[in-house]
Amino acid sequence: MREIAYDDIVEAVKNMVIHTATNLPEDALKKLREAQEKEKSPVAKKVLEQLLENADIAREEKRPLCQDTGLAVYFIKVGQDVKIKGGLLKNAVNEGTEKGYIEGYLRASTCDCFTRENLKEKIGYNLPAVIHIDLVEGDRIEIAYAAKGGGSENVSRARVLAPAQGRQGVIDFVKEVISDAGPNPCPPIIVGVGIGGTFEKAAISSKYALFREAGEPNPDPDVAEFEKELLFELNKLGIGAMGMGGTQTVLAVHIEKNPCHIASLPVSVNVQCHSSRHSHITL
Amino acid sequence: MSQVHYLTTPLSDEDVENLKAGDIVYLSGIIFTARDAAHKRLVDLIENKEELPFQLDGAVIYFVGPTPPKPGDPIGSAGPTTSYRMDSYSPTLIKHGLKGMIGKGKRNQEVKDACKKYKAVYFGATGGAGALLGKLIKEAKVIAYEELGPEAIRMLRVENFPVTVINDAYGNDLYEEGRKQYEVKD
Repeated sequence: MREIAYDDIVEAVKNMVIHTATNLPEDALKKLREAQEKEKSPVAKKVLEQLLENADIAREEKRPLCQDTGLAVYFIKVGQDVKIKGGLLKNAVNEGTEKGYIEGYLRASTCDCFTRENLKEKIGYNLPAVIHIDLVEGDRIEIAYAAKGGGSENVSRARVLAPAQGRQGVIDFVKEVISDAGPNPCPPIIVGVGIGGTFEKAAISSKYALFREAGEPNPDPDVAEFEKELLFELNKLGIGAMGMGGTQTVLAVHIEKNPCHIASLPVSVNVQCHSSRHSHITL
Repeated sequence: MSQVHYLTTPLSDEDVENLKAGDIVYLSGIIFTARDAAHKRLVDLIENKEELPFQLDGAVIYFVGPTPPKPGDPIGSAGPTTSYRMDSYSPTLIKHGLKGMIGKGKRNQEVKDACKKYKAVYFGATGGAGALLGKLIKEAKVIAYEELGPEAIRMLRVENFPVTVINDAYGNDLYEEGRKQYEVKD
């Protein structure tokens, strides 16, 4: 049994949270640069230029890329031969999150869903984090992290289609979601699509899809082909950067497909804004 | 064709009349921040005929909830938040003198109608460019509702703050027009 100390998890998570808020990862930057080159609308091109400049300023001056420093979302794979010494994994991740958000001068954005009271006093600074844990083989802990902003979550949707609606039904639904979203989720966006599974499996899969490197295709060639098709369809919408009209609305489509019930076809669409702040560490 | 304007707040009716959807504006002077909770309080004050914490006549409100400033900085990252959450409050403020709003995302018909009727504009700033936009804010001071944290009302002094006219005082909407221009119909 390999041992990992609670405090080491806290420290690693804290550092990852601080780093991610100011450093747009290379995969997202590359997609933005490509979009900036391809964009036909001068207004949208200018917006993309601003986003690249913003990323430079954020990195060089260690300023948060966006004032919405998000809710902290984690997908954690725990090797079953690991023992965590000194406390619970969830507590360590929450503690690291809180420290990172405080020490990084990031915004506390969690609130009570009805009173809207900020929870920084009652629960903790930007706590609780959203944590998905999976038990896997091995003696390591892999932590994938995203700082997930509110604007793009607000336009995300799930629906259970009738099986007869099939592939075309999925295309129509995803198009409807992105079209209705328009400028609101801060395009150019990355679109995570969870297809199949149960209602909640589809939703979690659509979030998990966003944790892939931007533009990395699904390993299944048929699904990868569907990703390309959806990307092409969505970019016909003309929404453009920040919704001001343009050819580059969607940077990538990531699909996660799961087997489902004979009676259902669940589909979930989770949207990621252009500020795709993701990191992962292995302990 | 889109034009570039350099304007200093407060804005006059004439300033607003010169702006068309798609124009780029570099704003300088004092602007005020407010999000949902602060808007609700401002509208309550107007309804109760009480005094507002700032002069609404000619004012520009920026929908933003900044990150905390680092030591020595006036403000942290400060890009726009999604504007529709202010839609139910904005028409009342426009009726009482508000001339400009800065945010991101679509507004409803009531807001667009109020912009037309009372001469006001809705500007879009680049969402997710918080580091860049925060640097153009030279001074920031909380002037009301400190207990609201990021949602408190702040007075900001900005220099050449870049925004784009989304809804002008003539009923035009850049989101609709821009999209129409680049949409590919099957």
